[in-house]
Amino acid sequence: MTDRSPTELESEGVAPAAPSDRAPHAPPDPLAAIHLEDVVKSFGRGDERIVALDRLTLDVAPGEFLCLVGASGCGKSTLLNLIAGLDGATAGTVDTRAPSTLMFQEAALFPWLTVAGNIALALKLRGIPKKERPERIEALLRSVQLAGFGDKRPHELSGGMRQRVAIARAFAQDVDILLMDEPFGALDAMTRDMLHDELERLWVDRNLTVVFVTHNVREAVRLGDRVVLLSSRPGRVIETFDVDTPRPRRIDTPEVSALARDITSRLREEVRRHATDLH
Amino acid sequence: MPPISTDALPEPAGPTLTEEEIAAQRNANVAQNLAGLDALELADRPARGEWLQRAWSLTWPKVAAIAIALSIWQIVVWSGWKPEYVLPSPATAFKALWDGISDGTLLWATWYTLQRAIVGFALAIGVGVVIGGLCSQFKVLRIAIGSMITGLQTMPSIAWLPLAILLFQLTEGAILFVIVIGAAPSIANGLLSGRDNIPPILTRAGRVLGASGWSMFRSVTLPASLPSFVAGLKQGWAFAWRSLMAGELLVIIADKPSIGFQLQQARTLADAPELLAVMILILIIGIVVDSLFFGKIEKAVRKRWGLIDTSTA
Repeated sequence: MTDRSPTELESEGVAPAAPSDRAPHAPPDPLAAIHLEDVVKSFGRGDERIVALDRLTLDVAPGEFLCLVGASGCGKSTLLNLIAGLDGATAGTVDTRAPSTLMFQEAALFPWLTVAGNIALALKLRGIPKKERPERIEALLRSVQLAGFGDKRPHELSGGMRQRVAIARAFAQDVDILLMDEPFGALDAMTRDMLHDELERLWVDRNLTVVFVTHNVREAVRLGDRVVLLSSRPGRVIETFDVDTPRPRRIDTPEVSALARDITSRLREEVRRHATDLH
Repeated sequence: MPPISTDALPEPAGPTLTEEEIAAQRNANVAQNLAGLDALELADRPARGEWLQRAWSLTWPKVAAIAIALSIWQIVVWSGWKPEYVLPSPATAFKALWDGISDGTLLWATWYTLQRAIVGFALAIGVGVVIGGLCSQFKVLRIAIGSMITGLQTMPSIAWLPLAILLFQLTEGAILFVIVIGAAPSIANGLLSGRDNIPPILTRAGRVLGASGWSMFRSVTLPASLPSFVAGLKQGWAFAWRSLMAGELLVIIADKPSIGFQLQQARTLADAPELLAVMILILIIGIVVDSLFFGKIEKAVRKRWGLIDTSTA
């Protein structure tokens, strides 16, 4: 990219694109849990500037399970960082109307602490008094079916169990919005299926709003109320799919497969658009 | 949010099940699936052997290695390459060691030397932690003296001795100076590399949990740097011990007949068995402190962190 002039970059969609290019969206919902309007995020300066998100607009309703899918470079992780407040937008509005927390593909547990210690740290950083912690830790571990595993160290658990500890740690923050960045991407298919059931149960029980980023379109259709497809480089909303299949769903039913097929072919179109990028 | 629908479930067996009961049953199934999976994932790791067997398997290779080394020594002596008063046999050397221990001279020597080692190493930890901490906190400082710290580490501590003697004369101060200058760079570097090697995901996780500034340093940065810090301490000890020996050889303090003093005296008197006995003592102390003290700490940290493959250990 270094040998291109800024004007060339602009002609490739960094500058305002034609209105028809934009995904149609409803007027801002005053009750949205997350409200994103014309969000721009770029990294670097001058010739090196990379636009990760370009005027992205999206509302997430309270209690909604929203899945974001897109090819590499669609700025999914960047978007979650913005919503979580770990990073600031270059331009536009990022409005989160409830406390949120972020989970990663890796459980990111602290290896020097036990399972209980990891959750205790989250409680401590929230200012929960020491004597209240053990009871809460027990309850949180029970909620992810890991009662009795508090004394284990992260490396003694399987990948799926570690992710459940990470979920419990996220719940320890007592948030309403859970942002998940490909949380099950590194797990085997069977564990992933079971964690889908588990996450769905927790989402209902705790009345959470979930924004779930994934590469896996079937996973998105299995879990989401809505699946939002993002374009790549720069990231923007291309299309939104409502998932009408009633819950509980399974990942291998024809309804899920049919919608996943539609979304995948739309995603492939988007990937093909970049076929000439390297030439 | 749509309520849990039961459409995808088979017809309930009896008409008495309410929607809540079906949902509860479903949740129970989810829990049971996970419990089963967990049990399979954590299936027995191979049991470790009996304590005695483990101890033996750790001991015999060491014993064998020592036996081989002593045999080679003995063979060289037998070959007549050097006369016995220059190169005595292992038996003579160990007898001198035993005599030195039983009459107390080597015990006192060890006591004086270890006192210096402890004081000097403690000072080195203080200096190393302050320098390493400041460098990891302030980038300018790191750029300014980061490479110099590594440079100091490679400088033989004996090269500092003439200066130390000029500055402190033949005193404890001169010896402590070379210990600190020998060991502190390793300790500072251990801290710095610990800080550099914190997986970014852990720092991000800390930020997500609401840590920042001091709480981030205390709850994430410090514990995350621990393995490298311990490695730095271990290396620092090796440098401190070498510097101390060099210092004691040149800085003789009459009322403190330390190990270095005994070594120097044995050379002056051409007492080869005594000289070898002191060398063996230096080696033993070095090994004992390194493996029994620092080795144990390092292993405990690595085990806690899951950096040791327990299935084969």
